[in-house]
Amino acid sequence: MTDISAVTAEERAAKEALTTAPSSAMIEDSHGHVTNTGISNEKLAMWVFLGSECLLFGGLISTFMLYKENNEAGGPLPSDLYDIPFTSISSFVLLMSSLTMVLAVAAIGRGDHRKLRTWLLATALLGGIFISGQVYEFQLFVKEGMGFTTNTASSAFYALTGFHGVHVSIGIVMLISAFTLSARGRIPTGSESIEIIGLYWHFVDVVWIVIFTVVYLIK
Amino acid sequence: MSLTPTEAGPLALPTGNGRGPARNPLGVFSRPRTTTGWRSWVTTVDHKKIGIMYGAAALVFFVIGGIEALLIRVQLATPSGQLLSADLYNQVFTMHGTTMVFLVVMPIGSALMNYLIPLQIGARDVAFPRLNAFGFWVFLAGGLMLNSSWLLGHAPDGGWFNYAPNNGVAFSPHHGIDFWNMGLIMTGLASLTGAINLIVTCLNMRAPGMTLMKMPVFTWMALVTQFLLLFAIPVLTSAQFLLMFDRLFGANFFNVEAGADPLLWEHLFWIFGHPEVYIMILPAFGVVSEIIPVFSRKPLFGYPFMVFSGIAIGFMGWGVWAHHMFASGIGPISVAAFSVSTMFIAVPTGVKVLNWLATMWGGKLRFSTPMLFAIGLVSMFTIGGLSGVTHAVSPSDTQQTDTYYIVAHFHYVLFGGALLGFLGGFYFWWPKAFGYALDDKLGKVNFWVILIGFNMTFGPMHILGLQGMPRRIYTYSDGYGFNFWNFVSTIGAFIIALAVVMFFANIVVSRRRARAAAKVMAADPWDGRSLEWMVPSPTPEHNFDEVPVITQFDDFWHRKYGEDDKGRPVRIAATADVVQTGDATDVHLPSPSYWPLVLAAGLPIVGYGLIYNLWLCLVGGLFVIAAIYGLTLEPASDDEAPHDHGGHGPAGDDTTTGAEAAPEQEAALVD
Repeated sequence: MTDISAVTAEERAAKEALTTAPSSAMIEDSHGHVTNTGISNEKLAMWVFLGSECLLFGGLISTFMLYKENNEAGGPLPSDLYDIPFTSISSFVLLMSSLTMVLAVAAIGRGDHRKLRTWLLATALLGGIFISGQVYEFQLFVKEGMGFTTNTASSAFYALTGFHGVHVSIGIVMLISAFTLSARGRIPTGSESIEIIGLYWHFVDVVWIVIFTVVYLIK
Repeated sequence: MSLTPTEAGPLALPTGNGRGPARNPLGVFSRPRTTTGWRSWVTTVDHKKIGIMYGAAALVFFVIGGIEALLIRVQLATPSGQLLSADLYNQVFTMHGTTMVFLVVMPIGSALMNYLIPLQIGARDVAFPRLNAFGFWVFLAGGLMLNSSWLLGHAPDGGWFNYAPNNGVAFSPHHGIDFWNMGLIMTGLASLTGAINLIVTCLNMRAPGMTLMKMPVFTWMALVTQFLLLFAIPVLTSAQFLLMFDRLFGANFFNVEAGADPLLWEHLFWIFGHPEVYIMILPAFGVVSEIIPVFSRKPLFGYPFMVFSGIAIGFMGWGVWAHHMFASGIGPISVAAFSVSTMFIAVPTGVKVLNWLATMWGGKLRFSTPMLFAIGLVSMFTIGGLSGVTHAVSPSDTQQTDTYYIVAHFHYVLFGGALLGFLGGFYFWWPKAFGYALDDKLGKVNFWVILIGFNMTFGPMHILGLQGMPRRIYTYSDGYGFNFWNFVSTIGAFIIALAVVMFFANIVVSRRRARAAAKVMAADPWDGRSLEWMVPSPTPEHNFDEVPVITQFDDFWHRKYGEDDKGRPVRIAATADVVQTGDATDVHLPSPSYWPLVLAAGLPIVGYGLIYNLWLCLVGGLFVIAAIYGLTLEPASDDEAPHDHGGHGPAGDDTTTGAEAAPEQEAALVD
């Protein structure tokens, strides 16, 4: 909603006067839009939203930490079944997708729309590989006797990693949507939308680093 | 904020091929254009209309929750009451608490914040108007879904905090608690989107010159509240998802038989639940901090202290949650630590109370209705705050846990605090929102009736609690000494009901009188201090003809008054010369949209689907996905709408600035 502040000429003059004044609270962001912080509303909203997401994952990670050794109801613990080399590889794939995401943001900054689409697709593809790995791992665990309802540890494991998987999937949908829009010429050079999707994507990656450490690596 | 509407926004989606702006991106709807009638309300993105709808919906739920309260009081009026069965009583008190917290106090706060924040910071709307509309509709959908449980067999019966393992299928085999889960996940989504929206609005859209430390205290308290919501709601949402997995898909998070720890729910719930009490009270503190200076004709005493004590409450509110759990066996060290932190949080609250008193000290007091309600908050909240300190002392709390003493305490802070403040706010800002004032004489009677009824209802509960009467028990036997005060309390509850009827009657009477008199409401009827009094009453759609440039705190007041050498206010300009006329015609506003409503309507379908039939989830899910794309791809403003573009360059150059980014829209749905 960038244009609700449609402003009359006098206001514009007043704002400009204030931007040059030393006590000014109005700063132009990189697109020439006047906001108090200098960050566009959309980007600030994404940052604020990600702050909230930290607490969502915080609740789920705490739950897992409480229950990770708890199989009083029988069945295997998640830690009995982990295939660390396999999960390490899929984690590496997800981390690499952050790199391709950065390349996509750089491409739109330069106005290289073809490269933008390439890197968006690469990022989505790497995310897809990660999700496939997760699905494969889940079905293997189920075959080995650890279903969602087997014990409290298994419930906590699937809930936490599943929530993360859903977040990655939503990210993939956003990437593909951005790809499609770009193919139809609707993402102009310098558009901030790719950067905002990138913020989300990096966040999901960072959360995975925490989850991989807490869930898989720490005994 | 763009400087001119002809400039491409950062997320601009050029329409390409010169086909002109896409008016109905998914080919479903054409853009709504009406500005009157019901359609203008369901498609509105105007923060003022959304605020009014929040208020109206909250008042409807207030009546429902109030009827539930009366049922409780009738049941308890005499020993061995026969009105409600034990099972029905559980449902009624659960729904009373849940309704009053999530569907009354929180949305009245949202109503005031939505209406006032943009006006107080000199903005034309919130940062994301359509997200704002979505927030309201999903709140309404959640509230209706929760209440639909009454019609679909069984209402939730686990208490508003719904402790595990009592909330499991084994102990509550009906679908009531599933409705509680789905309904509150939806209202939580409303709170989350609202928090993102209003935080960005406060941080990014202030008028030139309005630094953070020049913001009105109401806006400051609203900002702190929104940060609390932002971080508290997802914790509740994660707990509710876990409970949903337990109840609907057989997971083991709260299944004690499988070795689950029921304290997990208590911790997650109260990590949300304690910030929640500040979420409910801080907006009311903000309201009172606006009312008292106006009716004392003095600036707020210690503005920075008011702001920083609010922020301190916001931070410390996160470190006190386990004082709800002193009786749950969390160990002496935890108990001692949370006991001390709970006593500490009384300090910033005390700072506020003293600053309100100091604001009134030596002021030229006018005891109009809003002022009476504000003083009512200060005094009643102080009583509730003091009984709160007695819970902080854990040995004493162990005696009080689960007795009516607790019920007395939280009604003194929530009813005597939040609700009296909000009613004062209604009386104060009613002329601004509706263009007529509520009758002052009736309002004063209203205040005294509610004050007497309130103290008669909840005062005796202190005594009952200390005598040992437990909460959440559907009846008591004769001979415990509970009879007299319970009866007094029930009479008090009906006096409150009378006061509520008087409030609604006041609206009807004042409105009718205003229509007959056909007088124009003054922009500044109370001789106010903050920017909302600078625009005409009722507020024009575009808020400000010209965004004011701010030089100091209480800028509007200082445009009217200077000071003599003794610091007394001296009129320097007539109010009529300072206020705006509201007749600007060239203001470009965001256009109405159907999509927020469509998106919000899809979510309860998913909710009912999870409870009854998973196929329904697929239908609802498709609905939601379609609506997200509709909302995201729809331009924020409708360039073909017939509005005056005077001075804004050729209309064809108006780029369709795309809306909220897809990311937060889609991602928000996950939690």
